[in-house]
Amino acid sequence: MNTNVMTETAGDIVAENKPVTADTIAEQNADAYETVGNAFCDQAKMSMRNVNVFYDEKQAIYDVNLDIGTNEVVAMIGPSGCGKSTFLRCLNRMNDTIDICRVEGQFYLEDQDINDKKMDVVPLRARVGMVFQKPNPFPKSIYDNVAYGPRIHGLADRRSDLDEIVENSLQKAGLWAEVKDRLHQPGTGLSGGQQQRLCIARTIAVSPEVILMDEPCSALDPIATAKIEELIDELSQNYTIAIVTHSMQQAARVSHRTAYFHLGKLIEVNETEKVFTNPDHELTEAYITGRFG
Amino acid sequence: MDKLNIDRHISQQYNSALDDLKKEFLEMGGVVEKQIIDAVQSVAEADVDTAQKVLTTEQDVDAREMAIDDLCTQIIARRQPTASDLRLVMSVSKSTRDLERIGDEASKIAKMAIAISESDDVPHGFSELRNLGRQVHDVVDMTLTAFARYDVDLAVEVVSKDKVIDREYDTAMRELITYMMEDPRNISRSMNVIWALRALERIGDHASNISEQIIYLVKGLDVRHQSADEMVQQLNQE
Repeated sequence: MNTNVMTETAGDIVAENKPVTADTIAEQNADAYETVGNAFCDQAKMSMRNVNVFYDEKQAIYDVNLDIGTNEVVAMIGPSGCGKSTFLRCLNRMNDTIDICRVEGQFYLEDQDINDKKMDVVPLRARVGMVFQKPNPFPKSIYDNVAYGPRIHGLADRRSDLDEIVENSLQKAGLWAEVKDRLHQPGTGLSGGQQQRLCIARTIAVSPEVILMDEPCSALDPIATAKIEELIDELSQNYTIAIVTHSMQQAARVSHRTAYFHLGKLIEVNETEKVFTNPDHELTEAYITGRFG
Repeated sequence: MDKLNIDRHISQQYNSALDDLKKEFLEMGGVVEKQIIDAVQSVAEADVDTAQKVLTTEQDVDAREMAIDDLCTQIIARRQPTASDLRLVMSVSKSTRDLERIGDEASKIAKMAIAISESDDVPHGFSELRNLGRQVHDVVDMTLTAFARYDVDLAVEVVSKDKVIDREYDTAMRELITYMMEDPRNISRSMNVIWALRALERIGDHASNISEQIIYLVKGLDVRHQSADEMVQQLNQE
């Protein structure tokens, strides 16, 4: 057990009469804790180093280091406000859209720094796709929902190529059999679980390398959830997946490694099997067993 | 994770379910422990009444085993336990089976007591039986204490003591075999004592199994099929 965890807080810094700025807090907290377990891996698809995120002066994430391996499913869990969704949104620069949000640290997609000035976010978000909490199909037909990405990214020149991409994507998302006879009906007419699978098909259509999922099943019933979880398992053959979830059982079921966030700090990353049977950190234990922190 | 804090869940019902599980297990342990004392006494003193009591208690032990299994199933179904909670449920579930087997072994000893009391001869080997009985009762007692206190050191001690019991069992067996070889008429009466000794030795093994589960519960380490020295080595590596 690492006892040198979270020994220093922003409160300590105030006590030492140092000027409290976002930078000093980040600097202090950089030494203040150490993530236990195994945050790194050999074949990293994405590597994040020294990540600090601020909303104005308020720091949301403290010095997080994490690798996500190729074809790995990493689940991020933690109480509300722990920074897990904020961290996920950094992985395809979704936080760029929030004016008060400032992101520090290095984010590598393989060898490329995703925050590099030369990096265009549009192709980045094609390579690192995202599925949101609430299914959000475009107010278009099922076909056009899936075809939209390939069209704007110029992935298909001919109609037959586009048809193939749409069919493949819907097949991979496990939705083809259910919608093949009504491809030109509106996507919004599908059930919640089908809409979420349509959103996954839309993400897959642009051949991403990484799929980010932010609580993808929280609006779905258990059957639809089971289908999405089955899909995550299948997709992990070809894609790297990072999933934020409030359901610990879901994290336990779908992920290879689990990362536990607490108050903006990455407390523990370990094999999922270990996290749910014998976690290294007492905060992880307290959270997953439903004890007082 | 030495402190299990099973009473610190946000859900009070969960606290009480796990607490009930622990209590039920220890109560069953108490019943089984008494069975061992009674069984050994019934053989040593050819006391049929006490032997009958042991046999009657077996039904109670069986019922307790089923009740604990049901409790484990309910907790898994309702709470999906994780981490130390999961290890508590798993280790109690497995250890309960060992406790029930200990009860079965005690009943076997009690049956031997009845058989012995029905013959007029005074068989050889009673002192060994009493001695081994005392030691076996001690390790079962230590095991239950180790469980109640989540005491890993005591659990390791049980595993090392089981080896001592095994050696004493071998010695007693050799002695009885010599005795039987001296005069084949001793064979049938000595066999009852041998079965009783064998049952005691098996009880030691079950106590050792439970102790391994205690180590899993507290430390999350699977130390089965290891010697006490290897366990200590593995525990020190943590």
